[in-house]
Amino acid sequence: MSSLPLLSLLVFLPWAGALALALLPQTSESTQRRVALAASLSTLALTLALLDGFDPARTSPQFTEKHAWIRALNVHYHLGLDGLSLILVLLTGLVAPAALCAGFRSGGGVRGFAAFFLTLQGAALGVFLALDFFHWFIFWELSLIPAYFLIKIWGGPGATRAAYQFVIYTLGGSAFMLLGFASLFNAAGTFDFQQLAQLGADGSLARKLGGDGSWWLQAVFLGVLLGLAVKVPLWPFHTWLPPAYAEAPTGASMFLTGVMSKMGVYGFLRILWPIFPRELQAAAPWLMVLALGGVVLGAWAAMRQTDLKRMVAYSSVNHLSYCLLALFAGAQSSGRPGAVSEAATAALSGTLLQMFNHGLSASALFLCVGFLEERTGGRRGLDDFGGVRTVAPLFAALTGMAMFSSLGLPGLNGFVGEFLIFRGVFGLAPWAAAVATLGLLATAIFLLTFWQRVFHGPVAGATPGLRDLTLTEAAPLLPATALMVILGVYPQLLAGLINPLVTAWAGHLTPP
Amino acid sequence: MNALPWTIVFSFAGAILSLVAGTRSAALARRVGLTAALAGLAAALLAATRFTPGSGLQTILDLPWIPQLGVRCHLAADGISLTLVVLTGIAATAGVLFSWNIDERAGEFFALYLTLIGGVYGVFLSADAFLLFVFYEIAIVPKYFLIASWGSTNREYGAMKLVLYSFAGSALVLGGLLWAFAAAGGRSFALADLAAAAARFPRGDQLAMFGLLFFGFAVLAGLFPFHTWAPTGHVAAPTAASMLLAGVVMKLGAYGCLRVAMPLFPEALAWWQPAIAWLAIAGILYAGLVALVQDDFKFVIGYSSVSHMGFVLLGLAAATPQAVGGAVLQMFSHGVIAGLLFAVVGRIVYERTHTRRLDALQAMPLHRLLPFGAVVFVLAGMASMGMPGFSGFPAELAILIGTWKVSPLWALFAAAGILVAAAFTLRVVQVSFFGRTAPAAPQAPADDHPFAPVTWPEKAGAALLLASTLLIGLRPDLLLNWITPALQSPLMQAALKGGRP
Repeated sequence: MSSLPLLSLLVFLPWAGALALALLPQTSESTQRRVALAASLSTLALTLALLDGFDPARTSPQFTEKHAWIRALNVHYHLGLDGLSLILVLLTGLVAPAALCAGFRSGGGVRGFAAFFLTLQGAALGVFLALDFFHWFIFWELSLIPAYFLIKIWGGPGATRAAYQFVIYTLGGSAFMLLGFASLFNAAGTFDFQQLAQLGADGSLARKLGGDGSWWLQAVFLGVLLGLAVKVPLWPFHTWLPPAYAEAPTGASMFLTGVMSKMGVYGFLRILWPIFPRELQAAAPWLMVLALGGVVLGAWAAMRQTDLKRMVAYSSVNHLSYCLLALFAGAQSSGRPGAVSEAATAALSGTLLQMFNHGLSASALFLCVGFLEERTGGRRGLDDFGGVRTVAPLFAALTGMAMFSSLGLPGLNGFVGEFLIFRGVFGLAPWAAAVATLGLLATAIFLLTFWQRVFHGPVAGATPGLRDLTLTEAAPLLPATALMVILGVYPQLLAGLINPLVTAWAGHLTPP
Repeated sequence: MNALPWTIVFSFAGAILSLVAGTRSAALARRVGLTAALAGLAAALLAATRFTPGSGLQTILDLPWIPQLGVRCHLAADGISLTLVVLTGIAATAGVLFSWNIDERAGEFFALYLTLIGGVYGVFLSADAFLLFVFYEIAIVPKYFLIASWGSTNREYGAMKLVLYSFAGSALVLGGLLWAFAAAGGRSFALADLAAAAARFPRGDQLAMFGLLFFGFAVLAGLFPFHTWAPTGHVAAPTAASMLLAGVVMKLGAYGCLRVAMPLFPEALAWWQPAIAWLAIAGILYAGLVALVQDDFKFVIGYSSVSHMGFVLLGLAAATPQAVGGAVLQMFSHGVIAGLLFAVVGRIVYERTHTRRLDALQAMPLHRLLPFGAVVFVLAGMASMGMPGFSGFPAELAILIGTWKVSPLWALFAAAGILVAAAFTLRVVQVSFFGRTAPAAPQAPADDHPFAPVTWPEKAGAALLLASTLLIGLRPDLLLNWITPALQSPLMQAALKGGRP
């Protein structure tokens, strides 16, 4: 390919946009919008450029950039992209501009919002691309600060508390992860994910940490696990999520659920599984129970919500728990041959596709709730509306698409991911699949309740004041909606990017 | 390297000149002060560019001074000294910039200020224990006058407490030094000679001498439970003095521990190690939790300094190469960050709002009225929280790595300390700058009378400190390349070996 450092550009262009906005105070709002949108769209443009040179058959990271950084700590500036990173970068490229557009509508100054938002976008991309812990951790932690301010300054009445809770919870998890890596560095002398994974796979890392099953090895594993579990979040570490998502302004909620929640799942796949394959395998049954807790209780909690935004937030807990469930089921079956690896392939593909699909549909749902809120002066209760379908047909159609995609209706993208997850988990741990169906049921109930109470029935509540979407307003939703259909009908488009990686991974049940 | 003694000369000369200039006008005294501080920084940076990292102290100047006692005027530097000398240059310059509003007896103010700086430079460059002690005392005395004459809240109390604690610490140090000197035969105060002799002392004596020296110095580093002078002193001091106190003077204590106590008595270090480490951890957590509930803005920062210095002391106690390297890096990092935090609180905010009470600040939409202060404080707060990308992160990471080798349990508590630091920093950011106001607060004079605009010295000072923390955050190897070889010297190796369990 070209000699351009494409991955660095990917990370730094949004930051350059943020810097430009911060340094140019005397510009009109429309200029600021244009600059911000251009910087945000740069991700999508660069990703499409990357797709051209990306070779799905290679399972190792591509487009790598590696430079010595801090010799005393053996730290490298190391970026690379494989199929896993690619679909998340692509997701970021799709969700971020739409979320930014939604953010423009929430008022309270374009410049500050866009600057924080672009900082967050760059940090998320860095997380998906960095391959050295030190490098990766910069982005991982840095993403909290802009997210904090987006929630705190532009959020709802309870935003201060929600934002503080969100940051402290996540930092708490990260502190343990940091400690875990401090001990890994002592044992291995490197922060490089690939080198650590190699040591993890051949068991020498475990020996250096005191041998299989030693107390310290377990402690280090748990530390890293905790950091990731809070971020995803894995039940019962999810309590920060509903207030944070519900209080955040629409644009930030979209990005938080669409992209930031994937950072945790990505961490499980990039860090925890490769470096601690045996420990994860041993812990997998317990972790599956926690993931099932998220699947079932998340959906049941969503069913009990009367605030639409909180409902969507809880449904995110539920959907992310599916990803984790399949991931743990795959990890549990490490080293078992034959038919298992087929199921494991399905489970892993399901995890990856579900991440992408949830990113599209959940952010679209937040945007739809945001529209309701915006048009009715902040009302978003389940009982505040009725018959929206007759008043705003276009809006209803787009919301319906997102909702049914989220529900997993066949023909839409959500179905593909969930089907693969169930197919995989059923083959690996039938009991878990059986319990998880309870979650499916509850999801169907709350989403259909949402649909029925808000969009059907006689026109009631705040509905009469509602205007349908104009085409410009609908524009941010259209690409996502189109993709929901396209990927529902032709999932190979996305699955083709990750298939070799997933097959190789499931074949050994350690990452290639 | 030969430029380094000039840092001391420039500071003392600047002190005299600004005293003279102060009789003419305050503006002239300020300019003299700034020139002297900048000259010191320039000399430090010039020396840094010509520095070849290596093990052991590289002698710059060695003259007999009091031959009867074997005291020599021996100045020498290694990577550790150089790091701290550069820090002193940066902190001194920033401190002058943030005291640009001093009008009352400016000549005397800058004379005392530069005397303090000169003493600090001297400590970092001394290779003779006696000389080091002399400079150490020179650095302590001006603090009293700076606080008592130009300070604010409870200044007499704060100044007196600070000086009594400092002198008590010095007395311990002096006792330890004289005892070691006498036991070694009374011929030389050179650190290398003392260390060579100390290895033959009876074990009980070694333990006692180490205790006197280490704890004597550690008082000034804010070791729990001898830290209580720090918050009150920081709060009472005028802004520039707070910046120096937290930024540089607390480092003197830690430096004394590292340069004198540890290499002289490595075996004693092994014995004392758990006690020191647990006290350091207690300081990290206790001061952090106290900072979490303060309602005075400056007290939050004052306690945060104690908490951060706990990391330095923990790193020293762990005595592994990474931990000690991290501790030195943390000294630099905290020096810059504490300076910045005190500058925002004491100068940028207090001089405009005339209150430091958090509930009063909460009622003002400060992020709109004082956006510059908000941006600087948020960045400084991130650095103070140990966010990656700022200098605190590599330092704390190195300390954690190094400490884990000795005791994972200590590392665990230290990691909890990072979380506490995040909690209190975020709280104070939230309350001070981003407090929500009722839309029509009855007494909102701030809206009608916007604050005085931010002046150029404030901008320059903040930029200097922010650039330093960011540069070292992204390129910690700039300093680690100096520090790591310095830890290879025989004296340091002995000290590090002492810490091995």
